Formats: sequence, C-alpha cells, structure tokens
Amino acid sequence: MAKTLYDKLWDTHVVHVEKDGTALLYIDRHLVHEVTSPQAYEGLKLANRPQWRVDSVVATADHNTPTRNWDKGLAGIEDQVSRLQIETLDKNIKEFGAKVYFPFLDKRQGIVHVIGPENGATLPGMTVVCGDSHTSTHGAFGALAFGIGTSEVEHVLATQCMVMQKYKNMKIAVEGKLGVGVTAKDIALAVIGKIGTAGGTGHAIEFTGSAIRDLTMEGRMTLCNLAIEAGARTGMVACDQKTMDYVKGRMFSPTGAAWDKAVEYWRTMHSDDGAHFDTVVTMDAAEIQPQVTWGTNPQMVTTVGGKVPDPAQETDKVLREWMERALKYMNLKANTPITEISIDKVFIGACTNSRIEDIRAAAQVVKGKKVAGNVKLAMVVPGSGLVKAQAEEEGLDKILVEAGFEWREPGCSMCLGMNEDQLSPGERCASTSNRNFEGRQGPGGRTHLVSPAMAAAAAIAGHFVDVRTFK
Amino acid sequence: MEKFIRKEGLVAPLDRANVDTDAIIPKQFLKSIQRTGFGPNLFDEWRYLDRGEPGKDDSKRPVNSDFVLNKKRFEGATVLLARENFGCGSSREHAPWALQQFGFQAVIAPSFADIFFNNSLKNGLLLIKFDAKIVDQLFREAEAREGYRLAVDLETQTVSTPGGDSFKFEIDPFRKHCIMNGLDDIGLTLAHADKIRAFEVKHKAAQPWLF
Ligand code: SF4
Repeated sequence: MAKTLYDKLWDTHVVHVEKDGTALLYIDRHLVHEVTSPQAYEGLKLANRPQWRVDSVVATADHNTPTRNWDKGLAGIEDQVSRLQIETLDKNIKEFGAKVYFPFLDKRQGIVHVIGPENGATLPGMTVVCGDSHTSTHGAFGALAFGIGTSEVEHVLATQCMVMQKYKNMKIAVEGKLGVGVTAKDIALAVIGKIGTAGGTGHAIEFTGSAIRDLTMEGRMTLCNLAIEAGARTGMVACDQKTMDYVKGRMFSPTGAAWDKAVEYWRTMHSDDGAHFDTVVTMDAAEIQPQVTWGTNPQMVTTVGGKVPDPAQETDKVLREWMERALKYMNLKANTPITEISIDKVFIGACTNSRIEDIRAAAQVVKGKKVAGNVKLAMVVPGSGLVKAQAEEEGLDKILVEAGFEWREPGCSMCLGMNEDQLSPGERCASTSNRNFEGRQGPGGRTHLVSPAMAAAAAIAGHFVDVRTFK
Repeated sequence: MEKFIRKEGLVAPLDRANVDTDAIIPKQFLKSIQRTGFGPNLFDEWRYLDRGEPGKDDSKRPVNSDFVLNKKRFEGATVLLARENFGCGSSREHAPWALQQFGFQAVIAPSFADIFFNNSLKNGLLLIKFDAKIVDQLFREAEAREGYRLAVDLETQTVSTPGGDSFKFEIDPFRKHCIMNGLDDIGLTLAHADKIRAFEVKHKAAQPWLF
C-alpha cells in the first residue's frame, strides 16, 4: 500500500501497539536543554531509574545563556536563577551522560534546533524529540520530530519511547516559483494565515510541491520550525539530494560504507505516489508576498502591502474580541498600512532564522547603509558558535556592525527573553523569531514577525518596508 | 499522580480564544528547577499589574481586579472554562503545573493544542473537549449564576450542570485508565522493556548509523 512519509517514519519506529491504537514509539535522538530538563532528571533520580540510552542524548544550554560578556564566563550571568539552571544541566549531564554536550561557552554551543542539524545529530529517517515545541524544525530532513513536555522528557530518558497515538496525515503543497525577496518564512506565515494556528492540530504536516523542493535545507528548516505555529506537532519535508548534500561530512553523519547504506535507505524517505492524506492544502508560490504579523498570534498576519485589519468587519464575536484585544495590546489602529508602522527594535535570530543564510540575507540588505535613528537597538544573534564563526569568516559581522547592528554571542536571546535581551513595555520589534504572543519578548513588548531580509530593511528604514523594492 | 474519579467544583470562565502557554505561565518562571511553586504565577501578566519575577513576594503585588480569577465570586474555582485552541504555543509543562497548583482540576474548552493536551493528561489535569455550542452554554450559565458548579465524572465521562444537563465527553481509554488509577506512565512502559530491547536489535540491524 502506498505510504506517506509520516506513515513510513511511524511504522519503522513502533515498538508496541495497544488495542486502542496507543503506541510506544522508539526515539533515536533526544535533544536536551536547560529549561525543560531539570525536573525530568530529578524525576529519574527520585525513582532511582537509569537512563535508557545515553548515546541518544545531545545536550546544550541555550535559552538562558547571555549574548554578551562571555569573557566573564559563568560569573557573567548576573541572574542567579538562570545561572543555577545552566549549572544544573552541567551537573545532570555529568551524572547521566550524553553522546555529546555543548555547554555554555563551547564553540559548538547554540540553539538546540540549530546545533542538531549542523553537527549531523539530526539525520533523515530518524525520530527526534526535544523539550521544546520548535523541534518540528528537524522534520526538514525527512525525520519525525516532536516537541515534548517535561514528563515526556523524563519518559524518553527512562524508556527511549514516547506513548503516542498516530496523527492524521496533512499535505501542504506549495507549487510554482517564489518571487524574488520572498522566503521560506513568508511561505510559513502565509500558510499559518491561511489555515490558522489550530489548522494543523491533530495532524502531521508534510510540505511538498516544487516551491518546497526549490528551498535550501535552511529554508526547509525555517518552514518546519513554524509547523507548530500552525498547530501541528510535527512538520516534514521529503529527503532528496539536497538533504544528503547537507548531511554529508558533518560531525555525527555516517561515513564510508555506512554512508552508502544510509543514502540508499534515505532515498526511500518520501511519500509514495498515491499515498493517502486526510487533509490537503494547496498554495501558489507566485502569490505569496513578504509577510508581517500585526497581532499577538502568528495567525494574525498580512502582506507587507496590506493594512491592519478592522475587527468591525469580523462577524464572529469571539474572533472579533480577540482581534480587538490584540490591536489594543499592539497599540495599532485598524486600516493602518503596514509600511506606516515604525519600530523601536530589531531582532534577527531564533531557531527560525539564525542560520548562515539568514545572516547573509540580512547583511546583503544593510550593506553600506545605516540603521534608522528611531531604532534603539538592532541586534543579530547567530544560532550557534559555528554559525557565528562562519559569518565572521565571510565578514558579515563587519557589514552588520558598520550598519549599526550589534553582533552578539549565540543563543535563544530575545526570541523569548529569558536572558537579559528583552523588549521594554510598549516597545515595538521587527523580529525573525516565531511567536508574537503577548509578553513573549518581554512584558508589554510588541512583536512583528518577519523574514530576516524584511527585518533588516525595517532596521534601515525605521518602519516596515517591502524588501522587494527597498533601495 | 493523584487519582481522579469524580470531582465537583466552582467554575471560572476565561473568555478568550487562543490562550497560549506564554500567557499561562510567563518565561521568567521557567527558570525554576523545581516542579512546584508555579500556582501564584499562573496568568501572571493578566493577574497582576506589575511585572512578576521569581522570588518576588506575590502576596504584596498589585492585582488586576478586572481579571476573572481575581474576582471574589470565582475564588476557589477548580474548573476552568476556556475557548478554542487553549494552551497553544510553547511545550512548557510548567503550564499544566501552574494550573493545577493554582487549584484547577479540569479545563473545559472546544479545543486544545496538542502538546499542552499531552502534558496536562500526564499530570492528571483533565482536559475536556465539548462542542462550541455546549461551551457557549456553560459560559452563559457560569457568568449568569454566582456559585455555579460543575460535576465532572471521569468514570462515566460526563459533566453535569446544576440545571440538570449532563454532557458526555470523549477520552482515550488508556489515558482514562492512567488518570483514574493515578498510574505512572514510565512504569507502564517499562513493563514492555523486553519489547523495547528486541526492537533496538532489529532497528540497529536496519539503520546501524543511528547507534
Ligand atoms: S530560539 Fe526561541 S523558539 Fe527556538 S528554541 Fe530558543 S526559545 Fe525556543
């Protein structure tokens, strides 16, 4: 029978199924970070349970780590609570072990969803979990990747399995060619705008179509990263030659005969012709424009040429009140053109958009220009130490700094503001992250989600502009 | 995990759609390495007028008296009524912990986000999905009548109103069994340890590069 990619990944990892369909699913890779793991390790200790498979764990500290003053080491982390959490991870990894650990200050340290792929710790055909919802990112490799909660982290540490019911299959096909200046981020936001933040609930999404095949691996990661914002716990893209080319030669990628055998297997990591999808959504790539969110949920998005919508036009009462609340929080008036919204801060980073291509795209836009006077802070936070080193080798840091950007150390940073990088109340930010929820980037902060090129252009202009016509 | 069979309690209506886990428990409280102590900071940015920080004495903070959970009549509520897509966003299990530690034992909404759903049931916080029409009715009644209580019976999978209505809800039998008996998932899975080991042997033969 013809199978979807999700069916294949599921079937090759099922250990046991109960009569009601509840399955034990085997997990190949477990990414661990400091925020969602302490209570899980604590649980293991209390129950006196060993870790099932130490070499499945790849760990790093990213959410709390500062993006400045690394020369001061741990002492540079002023917030004692943050520091304790990072030290607790050190202690737990020392006690329980891992395949590899990139601690704070390590040159390979970085956002957990950036370091997995870049070290070959994420491979096609795998199951990947992490105590972070954006684990869907790893699906870009033809892998099955889920964000999990802390009890599940503990469960996977202790048993190497997840207790799950199979999701439905959803296909999102994007066909045709993207316009110049339109990116994977814009596809993702356009998809969320179309199906809503709960549109993918209960589904595993596979992104297909010529526009997806044309994306680079980094673009596919951006896209899968945002699957969770469409309500789907997992998103994926079929494995193809680009996938193999990306994976080859990385730290934990197979080599020699194992590589050849792996590639042969990975070539089957796609949906078969005629495979059944429960839900199908199709989009025309040529119609997708640069996207900017206007509200407090990624679904509240429009095109850069659009306007802030008018709640009065909404007939559903719950939706209307939700929109009114969002506009009040965002301090925006209905019908304001997006390009008339001026900004206070710019954040280029987060696991959505902090890879080398994102930084290249930003540098290209700002080269030889200056950040606008009304922008208090424009910062670039690379996704990992390796991304940072690569960017510096290419001289991108200089271009950005000359334009007036701050060039920081890697980590999650202002994506969620657990460290000191935060918006102050009322500040408005053009951000390449993935969530514009109330208070996400700092209490009272106002977030507009955009692509790296759009964020860079907004930094220069001081307000949103269409990067396609920006000079 | 505490056993949950039949519970009856005061209802608090939170009339907002797409309540995300950042709102349920803001990030600064995720720095804790404990599993407890999140209750006072549930919905922190909505409940208080100042900015909450770990270690701050919450009893001395200015409260937002307009927020539903701060209203006298909803004090001691154990059932939360909510709208579509409750619990969307971050995978933080601190969200169900905070709801439980505040005192909630069940949440009723038309839909929940997937990860939040799993996290909650793993902790014995019962999430009940009803048609939007039924949820509308419960909202109307809870807002209209002071001291409005609902009885949640997991065994019969019903929620009963003071007015005599009774609504049936779905829950998968495995979850129901775990919650009713306060069972630990890990122990149950480890009962299949032999199967997991046998799977590993087969899996390693098929994809040796994963080991
Ligand atoms: S960058 Fe943001 S979304 Fe990504 S892992 Fe870090 S906090 Fe989560």
